[in-house]
Amino acid sequence: MDLRRTMLFMPGNNPGMLQNGGVFGADAIILDLEDAVAPKEKDAARLLVAQSLKTVDYGTSEKIVRINPLDTFARKDIEDIVPCKPDALLVPKVESPEDIQEVARLVAAAEKSGQAPVKLIALLETPCGIAEAYRIAKADKRVVALAFGAEDYTASLGAKRTKEGTEIFSARTIVVNSAAAAGIQSIDTPFTDVNDREGLIADTQLAKQLGFKGKLSINPRQIDEIHNVFNPTEQDINWAGRVIKAIRKAEAEGSGVASLDGKMVDAPIVARAERILFLARLLGLAEEVVL
Amino acid sequence: MNELKTAQAGTLESNDIMITLTPGAEGSGVVIELESIVLAQYGQAIRKTIANVANEQNVTDIYIKAVDRGALDCTIQARVLAALSRAGVILQKELI
Repeated sequence: MDLRRTMLFMPGNNPGMLQNGGVFGADAIILDLEDAVAPKEKDAARLLVAQSLKTVDYGTSEKIVRINPLDTFARKDIEDIVPCKPDALLVPKVESPEDIQEVARLVAAAEKSGQAPVKLIALLETPCGIAEAYRIAKADKRVVALAFGAEDYTASLGAKRTKEGTEIFSARTIVVNSAAAAGIQSIDTPFTDVNDREGLIADTQLAKQLGFKGKLSINPRQIDEIHNVFNPTEQDINWAGRVIKAIRKAEAEGSGVASLDGKMVDAPIVARAERILFLARLLGLAEEVVL
Repeated sequence: MNELKTAQAGTLESNDIMITLTPGAEGSGVVIELESIVLAQYGQAIRKTIANVANEQNVTDIYIKAVDRGALDCTIQARVLAALSRAGVILQKELI
């Protein structure tokens, strides 16, 4: 399982940002060829991102490139970027399974022999994309996550975008549920007010509560706050350890169900505990983990 | 190469380099005029990088003006390639 608590956008035509992308500690960085690049600079940005992918050390951050939509520059982006071995492409404005299948076909044609398969993350940012979320998630085996883009989505709805996010609540739950049903990750929309720390924390807590596994980020200053929310707490880790101990004890006694603090511990609870402990180990938050 | 036109790529922001290309007369060679904030330390290396990209793309007669603001090698290569492409050079993919 790949960790995608934070996915940080970097403007694709800005050498200063691109060369420093690895120092912020984001789980993934997104080298952006779409909204962050003016139409007349698409060619230069494509070459800059290609050179950066081949040269710059992005440390442990997953290297993702947001390409342009299929009806603009996607074909050229895929042709030039895929051979430079990004880990994944973020595909904007996906509205149907056919969109993803077309991108997957172009990616396969552009990959060099022996290259690790380039993954796809579908960015859903229109009412059609939300309506087709599950079929998009299942459209191709390269798809590892659904991401939600609320700004374009609310513009299409004709709804006012608010910090509370009431207008995007149902779309968020659809994205989370569709991704979970397809067995892939869901990534929440960015919080766009970079000066509102409390708002970012509240918005990220809501995303986590709904089931999102990470959040798009538009500024390096947002990374620590988002990580703090998505990281398991000490209380979570202790609880998860006790769950595993309880179920192990029950199994040793010949039972598949245990009891902890008067509550039944069964398979879904164990799965949740295992995920918490997996994350804790991955993040170095727990020195001793039962498992 | 006679069909090339004047072209530009890059910006004057820090970490970037602005490349302006003008087609040269036949036999004039690759002429590079460089202005850089790190000219004393890296002038030779920047010239070499620019010349290598032009040579690799088989461009032989061209005047290149480069205004550098501390660009890394990968940025210099990308900006020269972008300028060459805009000037009308069909880039050789395997060298991008």
